[in-house]
Amino acid sequence: MLRYSLKRLLGAVPTLLILMTLAFFMMRAAPGGPFDTEKTLPPEIQANLDKKYHLDESLVQQYGRYLWDLAHGDFGPSFQYKDYSVNELIATGFPVSLRLGLSAIAIALIIGVGLGTLAALRQNSATDYSVMTLAMTGISIPNFVLAPILILVFAVYLGWLPAGGWNGGAFKNTILPIIGLALPQIAYISRLMRGSMIEVLRSNPIRTARAKGLPERVVILRHALKPALLPVVSFLGPATAAVITGSVVIEQIFGIPGLGRYFVQGALNRDYTLVMGVVVFYGALIILFNFIVDLVYALLDPKVRYG
Amino acid sequence: MRSSFIMLLVAVLVYPIFASSRPDNLASEQVLHRGNGAEVQTLDPHKAEGVPSSNILRDLYEGLTIEAPDGTVIPGTAESWEISDDGKTYVFHIRKNAKWSNGDPVTAHDFVYGLRRSVDPATASKYSQILAPILNAEDVIAGKQPVENLGVRALDDYTLEIRLKASTPYLLGLLNHSSTYPVHKASVEKYGDQFSRPGKLVSNGAYVLKEWVIQSHIKLERNPNYWDNANTIIDTVYYYPIEDQSTELKRYRAGEIDRTEDVPSQQIKWIKKNLADELQVAPYLGSYYFGFNLTRPPFKDNPKLRRALSMAIDREIITKRITGLGEKPLYSWVPPGINGYEAARLDYADWPQKKRVEEARKLYKEAGYSRSNPLTVEIRYNTSENHKKIAIAIAAMWKQALGVKTRLVNEEWKVFLENRKQKQVTQVFRAGWIGDYNDPYNFMEILLSKHGLNDSGYVNPEYDELLHQASMESDPKKRFELMKKAETLVLRDHPVMPIYSYVSSHLIKPWVGNYVPNVLDHNYSKDLYILKH
Repeated sequence: MLRYSLKRLLGAVPTLLILMTLAFFMMRAAPGGPFDTEKTLPPEIQANLDKKYHLDESLVQQYGRYLWDLAHGDFGPSFQYKDYSVNELIATGFPVSLRLGLSAIAIALIIGVGLGTLAALRQNSATDYSVMTLAMTGISIPNFVLAPILILVFAVYLGWLPAGGWNGGAFKNTILPIIGLALPQIAYISRLMRGSMIEVLRSNPIRTARAKGLPERVVILRHALKPALLPVVSFLGPATAAVITGSVVIEQIFGIPGLGRYFVQGALNRDYTLVMGVVVFYGALIILFNFIVDLVYALLDPKVRYG
Repeated sequence: MRSSFIMLLVAVLVYPIFASSRPDNLASEQVLHRGNGAEVQTLDPHKAEGVPSSNILRDLYEGLTIEAPDGTVIPGTAESWEISDDGKTYVFHIRKNAKWSNGDPVTAHDFVYGLRRSVDPATASKYSQILAPILNAEDVIAGKQPVENLGVRALDDYTLEIRLKASTPYLLGLLNHSSTYPVHKASVEKYGDQFSRPGKLVSNGAYVLKEWVIQSHIKLERNPNYWDNANTIIDTVYYYPIEDQSTELKRYRAGEIDRTEDVPSQQIKWIKKNLADELQVAPYLGSYYFGFNLTRPPFKDNPKLRRALSMAIDREIITKRITGLGEKPLYSWVPPGINGYEAARLDYADWPQKKRVEEARKLYKEAGYSRSNPLTVEIRYNTSENHKKIAIAIAAMWKQALGVKTRLVNEEWKVFLENRKQKQVTQVFRAGWIGDYNDPYNFMEILLSKHGLNDSGYVNPEYDELLHQASMESDPKKRFELMKKAETLVLRDHPVMPIYSYVSSHLIKPWVGNYVPNVLDHNYSKDLYILKH
């Protein structure tokens, strides 16, 4: 197990390096630079800026410089938010996204697994159809439609919850964003869960358990749930990584100071260091969560063992 | 020193009118919540650019001059000044009671330090160009002269002299721009790039920085050391970065913000119906226009074709049916709203659209095109719903009037800017310009043959010469006349097609007092107050 873990983690280094290199050169290949605005700068000022941010060096030199800084844990200064470093932006944004994301994933997991199981047990009944209709609706209504409706109803008309803002992370301010983040995940998870649960319920071990006369509750909870969860778990890895790094839509609409909007803003502003920072960070998280998923697999499925 | 006397007189007469309007039904809590567009890029006044930073910096810092609520330039940290007869030397008298938020006195040396820092190549300010009128500024920015040679010096602790390259009548208006603000030398030297953080930032304006949570809010609190603190009513100001205008509208409706930075144009009908009393629309010093690429066919050496296309655009329809906030059709290059300047007008400005179309058809034919041999052209714009609608409307007008075949190309902002600058693929492109200061030169200089924003590639030595003369002219009236003459050339040659002049639009809660719309859209929080509600 330990050897396997070490191997996996070491294997992540070249993956990250490739990801970083691709992102670095793709970002530089995009037309326009971080300091381009409508107002064209006189060449002297452009030169001053380029010098300050080392943009006057060759691409290879810049790449080397970036690698060197990264190896020391330094993502560099943000080109856009001049008073902050990328490390600081990630350090302030990530805890916010993490808190919202983990809450949303936890809620989605509980509700999604529950609903999916319920639908599977009552396959082709009215319950099944209504759960699946709800799930389909959840998947097909995009966040940028759902979130404003939530705000209109709960903040503008009813006045129960704030329409946006973070307010230092007050509980009230997190409710709507968490719902906005969780709903699509609930939809996915319940569909996945229903499908795999139906399959598992038809499998030989379950038939055997039922034939032995075990109560239905025990059959479901003790014998069917674990194998049925496998597809959900593999979905959860990348989904968690995505949700805890923030959603640009939810953050924009609710005014949440998370990490998500830096992906889009960084790219639009050609804030090279910020884009690199979030891409590398996100990449590392995905690798980490996929690794965790594989470990959880071993716990759930006796057929999977790592030597 | 005649002009300086008038300035002082105006300042003294105007100022008390605004200062003395303190009402008695004030709310007990004086907290203002302002929407502020995008997240600010920096609170370092010499590196700042863009409206969101400027809004906050106006509350934090104070220049030699400031603006009254209606936008009139009034004394700020300088209580008075004298201007030499040739208009090239200004002597400012700093208020003896002006203090930094930590209690240190604000002196002429602070301004010298600030202005030098602003043009210092090491600061790498993007806005330092705006200081070009100051003697030797351009050379210092270019690194050809040391910063000490900048034409700014402290005659004593409270007297500052600024020498200019040429008479610059708009200088006083320039001196409330953030690139001219003083900064607190000791804290800049101590904290370096981090001096603009809460707890470290020492400012000389009506407010101090209390909190800055990126993408969440910036909180300012009253600066008790501010020289005019007695007249500041609002104690606390929150600025919220809200880029999405519909989100801002919802937060406004939920009562979380008192003043929106913008209004979503898609919902303007609903707003006009339901929030009409709270909608504040005012002319804004900006031109929305489409440019021609004059360096390549079909528009190279083809003024008739350019004129025909400009004439065929019905600007009234665009401002009434598409933008709809109260924008005005623009028939000049310089937008209205500049004190004392009457812009030149397109000769067909007052023609009915029918006559314009007839004339356009004639010119189109003379340029060698016809229904059977139509012009095929590309309109390029940066991705945005409104730009798209306007481009579609223009294409339709051209098609109907002349039979022009138009292809629309939209591009992401930075790609668009790059293409515009290179002048290789552009034919007709969208553009807009908002004035940094209240003077026509702000707009006129864009079309100078060597100017960085001249994306049309307009080269007219006569135009350049007229503007050069204007910048050397010390008589304001003659200066405006020269500029008007230059503007006439632009309107004759059609390197650009002016479409409309901008408006600023905000939703403002009825309990926000003393809000006066102005053409630069500058509202200092210190001038506002909250009524009981």
